[in-house]
Amino acid sequence: MSITREKLVDAYTTMVKIRTFEEHAAQLFAEGKIPGFVHLYVGEEAVAAGVCATLRDSDYITSTHRGHGHLISKGGDVKRMMAELFGKRTGYCKGKGGSMHIADMTLGIMGANGIVGGGPPLAAGAGFACKYLGRDDVAVCFFGDGAANQGTTHEAMNLASCWKLPVVFVNENNRYGISCSVDRATCVTDIADKAAAFDMPAVSVDGNDLMAVYEAASEAVERARRGAGPTLIECKTYRQRGHFEGDPAGYRSPEEVAEWKAKDPIPRLEKKLLEMGVLAEDRIREIRAGVLAEVEEAVRFAEESPLPDPSEVTEDVYA
Amino acid sequence: MATMTFADALNDAHRIEMRRDPNVFVVGEDVGIYGGIFGVTKGLLEEFGEMRVRDTPITESAFVGCAVGAAAAGLRPVAELMFVDFIGVCLDQIYNQGAKMRYMFGGKARIPLVLRASCGAGIGAAAQHSQCLEAWFMHVPGLKVVMPSTPADAKGLLISAIRDDNPVVFLEHKLLYATEGEVPEGECTVPLGKADVKRKGEDVTVVATAAMVPKALAAAETLAAEGIGVEVVDPRTLLPLDEETILASVKKTHRLVVVHEAVKFAGPGGEIAAMVAEKAFDYLDAPILRVAAPFSPVPFSPPLEQAFIPSEERIAQAVREVVGA
Repeated sequence: MSITREKLVDAYTTMVKIRTFEEHAAQLFAEGKIPGFVHLYVGEEAVAAGVCATLRDSDYITSTHRGHGHLISKGGDVKRMMAELFGKRTGYCKGKGGSMHIADMTLGIMGANGIVGGGPPLAAGAGFACKYLGRDDVAVCFFGDGAANQGTTHEAMNLASCWKLPVVFVNENNRYGISCSVDRATCVTDIADKAAAFDMPAVSVDGNDLMAVYEAASEAVERARRGAGPTLIECKTYRQRGHFEGDPAGYRSPEEVAEWKAKDPIPRLEKKLLEMGVLAEDRIREIRAGVLAEVEEAVRFAEESPLPDPSEVTEDVYA
Repeated sequence: MATMTFADALNDAHRIEMRRDPNVFVVGEDVGIYGGIFGVTKGLLEEFGEMRVRDTPITESAFVGCAVGAAAAGLRPVAELMFVDFIGVCLDQIYNQGAKMRYMFGGKARIPLVLRASCGAGIGAAAQHSQCLEAWFMHVPGLKVVMPSTPADAKGLLISAIRDDNPVVFLEHKLLYATEGEVPEGECTVPLGKADVKRKGEDVTVVATAAMVPKALAAAETLAAEGIGVEVVDPRTLLPLDEETILASVKKTHRLVVVHEAVKFAGPGGEIAAMVAEKAFDYLDAPILRVAAPFSPVPFSPPLEQAFIPSEERIAQAVREVVGA
C-alpha cells in the first residue's frame, strides 16, 4: 500500500514534532527543570510516525520507557505530555506517572511502560478485547531489541498467534539495551526471525525509512483487522542519544554514531518529499515553525502549571 | 439457601456473573475442557462457549497480562492462576502493570480484573504448590485481596470482586474446596472490605483467615468447655482490611490472637497486630500473640507438613496463654 501525499505530510510533521519535543526535553532536563530521568526517541521517529499513520483513534498501542514518539504519533497532546514531564498537576497523569507512564486511554494509548517487556501481554489483552467485542480495531505493541529477549514478549507473541489476535508487534531495534549491543544479546541477525517460532508473518525493514515502515505496518494492520492474526515488524533504527539523558554512551564508537546520524530519518524524508514535489522549501519552513510554536507553547504551559498538592499522594489508587 | 461445596459456590458465582454481564470472561490453564484443576469452572465452557471460557497454553505472564490488557480495554476478566505459587512467573503483570495503571495514569484507567488462585498446604503438594502468599499482595497499593473461609462467603465475595472496578486477588484455600455450607441462591453479594464475626465471645478475639477459620471455631468450642469465650473474626478481605470490626472486638475482649497459615515473619498477622497496637493499645490486657507457620518452605512428608500447618491445639494454647489460663 503506498502512502497518500496528505499522510506523508502528516507523518513528516509528526516526526518533526517528536524531534522538536525531544530536543526541548533534553534542554529542559539539562537545566534541571525536569525531575527523574527521560529516555529520548531522537533518531527513531520514522518508526512511530510510520506505524501510527496506519492507525485510528480507537486502535490501541502499548509503549515503552522511550515512549514520547509513540504518544505524539498516536495523537497525544504535547502540552499535557510536557506538563507530565515537569511533574505538574495539569500533566496527563496529574504528575503521578512522569515520562515513563504517560497514557491517554481516550486515544487507545495504554501507557508508556517502565518495565522492559511489560507491554506485550497488555497488547495481547487489548487485541483480545477487540476480537471479543467484535470490533475491527487492532493493538500495536512497540517494543525494543532489549524486550525482544524477554519471556513476556515471546509468551505474548505465542498467545497472539495461537488465538489469531489483531496485534501488530513492532520491534524497534535501536541496537542497544542500555550498553548491551544487540549483537551480544541475541544470536540472530534479524529479530524478525524470532517470529518463526510462532508461525507468525514477519518482516525486517529499514526503520529510518518512513515509507518502508508505513508499507509494512499497513499490510500488518490490514491483516489484523480482517482477523488473520498478528505480525512482527522489525524496524532497524538507531538511538542517537544515550539510553537516558546524562548517559555518556561510551559503549559505542563515534564512527558508529556518525554513520547512523548520516541516516537520520528526518532529513531523509525531507529530501524525498522535496524530490517528489510533495513539499516545497517554504512549506517545510512553515511546518517547522508551526511545530516549534506548539512545543514552545507546551513548555510555557508546563512551566506555568501548578505542582500537585501533597495531599493528592493517595488519590487515584483505587477506582 | 442450598447446601453446596465451596468449589460449587464459586462455580455458581461465575455463572451468575457471566449470565448477567456479557463482558465477563474466564481465562487460564485448564479452565475450559478440564473445568479447572479444582473443578471451579466446570461446565462453564459448555454454557458460555470458547470465546468466554479461554483455555490457555502454560503461559502465566501472557494470560495474566492479557487479562490486565483486556480489563483496561473494557472487559471484566476472571483469570485463574492454578496455584498462587505460580505468581512468581507472572508477578510483573499484576503488581507493576494491573495494580499501578490507574495511579500511574492519574486515575484515568479502570482495571476490573479478578485473579483467582488456589493456596495453602495440606495435600502433600510440597513447597511450590502449597504456599499462602497473601502478605505479598497486601503490600501492593492498587490491589484488593480476598480470602474467604465459607461457601457462602466465597460466592458472595466472588460476585463482588467481579463487579469491582479494581484488580482483586482472590485466594482460595484448597482444603476448603470440598467443604459444604449453606449458600444463598441467586445473586448475593458480600461486600469487599467487611469482616464477619463467625462466633461471638467475651474473653479473647481470634482473627483467623481461610482454612484457619474452621480450626479457630473448633478451638473455640473446646475452650468454651473450659470457660473461655472466644470471638472469632474472619476479615474475609485482607486489603482493604476491616479495621473497625477487629478493633470493636478487641475493645470488648481486651485480648488478641491472630491466626494464619502464611509464615509468621512479615505475615499478614504482623500488620493486624501492629494496627491493633497502634489504635487500641490501651484496651489490651495481654500481649498480642500470632499463631502461624514456621519460617520454612512448605515441606512434603505428612508429619512435616502437619508440623508446619497451625493446628487447632496451637490455637487453643495461644488463647489459654493470653487469658493466663
